[in-house]
Amino acid sequence: MAIDFVYFAWVREAIGHDAERLDPPADALTVAAVIDWLSGLSDGHKRAFFDRSRIRAAIDQVFAPLDAPVAGAREIAFFPPVTGG
Amino acid sequence: MITIAVGEADFDVAARLAELEAMGGGAVASFTGIVRGDGGLIALELEHYPAMTHEALTRLAEDAARRWPLLGIVLIHRVGRMAPGERIVFVGTASSHRAAALDACHFLIDWLKTEAPFWKKEHRADGSTWVEARTADDAARDRWIRD
Repeated sequence: MAIDFVYFAWVREAIGHDAERLDPPADALTVAAVIDWLSGLSDGHKRAFFDRSRIRAAIDQVFAPLDAPVAGAREIAFFPPVTGG
Repeated sequence: MITIAVGEADFDVAARLAELEAMGGGAVASFTGIVRGDGGLIALELEHYPAMTHEALTRLAEDAARRWPLLGIVLIHRVGRMAPGERIVFVGTASSHRAAALDACHFLIDWLKTEAPFWKKEHRADGSTWVEARTADDAARDRWIRD
């Protein structure tokens, strides 16, 4: 099932675009497994996800840990730890 | 009453405080964040996650409203490019008593820094860098977690 992926800050810059619709393999059950798959798509993806400790995620606009299941997700966002305020 | 605003435009602090003062309580507290010019900063650029930002700020405000007896909350966060000295964020609270207004205001800015999807990029003469999250900000947020 296709998922809209959106990227922010240096994750976006490393990947080279801010959004893409992709169809991850059925065995990518968690956010971390989806990251493993995305990392193989291009050098930019690999660079963006190189250090997992610096990656945060949101599923359908709600923050989600990397071990969260992705079943039913329509939009998954990846970004660095937030720095607003 | 909760008011949330996210956008590129500057905001009028006096007008926002006047709205809070008109809510009938005896106490209004506020925090205004200003872009610092340290280290030769030319501009600060704020990126956000538009589909998520408003909802994240609303959840924060609703959480504050559950914890303290508040009459009003105003949360404003600017995005886009800003120069040193410009306002970037505003948190205002109105309550019948000062402790609730002050504590809720402090809580909101501490949580906003770690729980709302904004990212800062600093532009200097020699290049641009994304601001790293600070563990001190996580510690400030965690002070508000109750056992």
